[in-house]
Amino acid sequence: MKNARNLIAATALAICAVFLIFSSIMMHPFGKPSDSSMDDYIISNAQNETGANNAVTSVVFDYRGFDTLAEATVLFTAVAGVIMLFRREKHE
Amino acid sequence: MSEMSKIVRTISNSLFPFIMIYGLYVIMHGHLTPGGGFQGGAVVASGCALMLVAYSSGWVFKKVKESDLSVLESIGAIGFISLAFLGIGVTFFYNFLVGSNLLFGEIPPAGPNTGNLNTAGLLPLMNLSVGLKVIAGLFAIVAVMAFVASRGMRKK
Repeated sequence: MKNARNLIAATALAICAVFLIFSSIMMHPFGKPSDSSMDDYIISNAQNETGANNAVTSVVFDYRGFDTLAEATVLFTAVAGVIMLFRREKHE
Repeated sequence: MSEMSKIVRTISNSLFPFIMIYGLYVIMHGHLTPGGGFQGGAVVASGCALMLVAYSSGWVFKKVKESDLSVLESIGAIGFISLAFLGIGVTFFYNFLVGSNLLFGEIPPAGPNTGNLNTAGLLPLMNLSVGLKVIAGLFAIVAVMAFVASRGMRKK
């Protein structure tokens, strides 16, 4: 039983290591993304389209507003969970 | 947990307004300088956590109720979604204020940052609502945890 578990763990580790090594070998050089058309579009047009000097904010709140909405939902869920967990109980 | 010594309380009393002003500045200038609703909200919430550490959680809960924080957070969330829905004539999250003559309607000239706050359309409003949400949410988490911890200590 224990040997089988160790074997499975070693196999999983080996698969992960192979994937990591391959991806680190095939990684594109730093600062040269393989496809930069999206970045170029945002860099050249973000200020005119959204009127914001901060291009990061224009991406976060305008181009990818849905992502921010989901982030806010995650925060809401976390707060609701913590308050529910530490709620005052009636019988105390 | 009781309150800390008089030195700590005095120092936090004098630091608190500066932390508040810095956090609100980061929220309000989210479309001009690095930062935004999340980051500024975290700064303000840590300022409130400073008061929580210096005074006791019971003292803080005498000033602010947990239900008020929940209401504030819900106002932020609903404001964010309704701001997104206001542009539904074109798409969800359409920035309809940019280029108009209404609030925050100007478009800055391309190039260096002019520091004009009256730009970027919906983005400052969204930063404000997200900031409100993060302030109330993070402070509610820290305050509720501190309150429960102090209650457990008293029982022992």
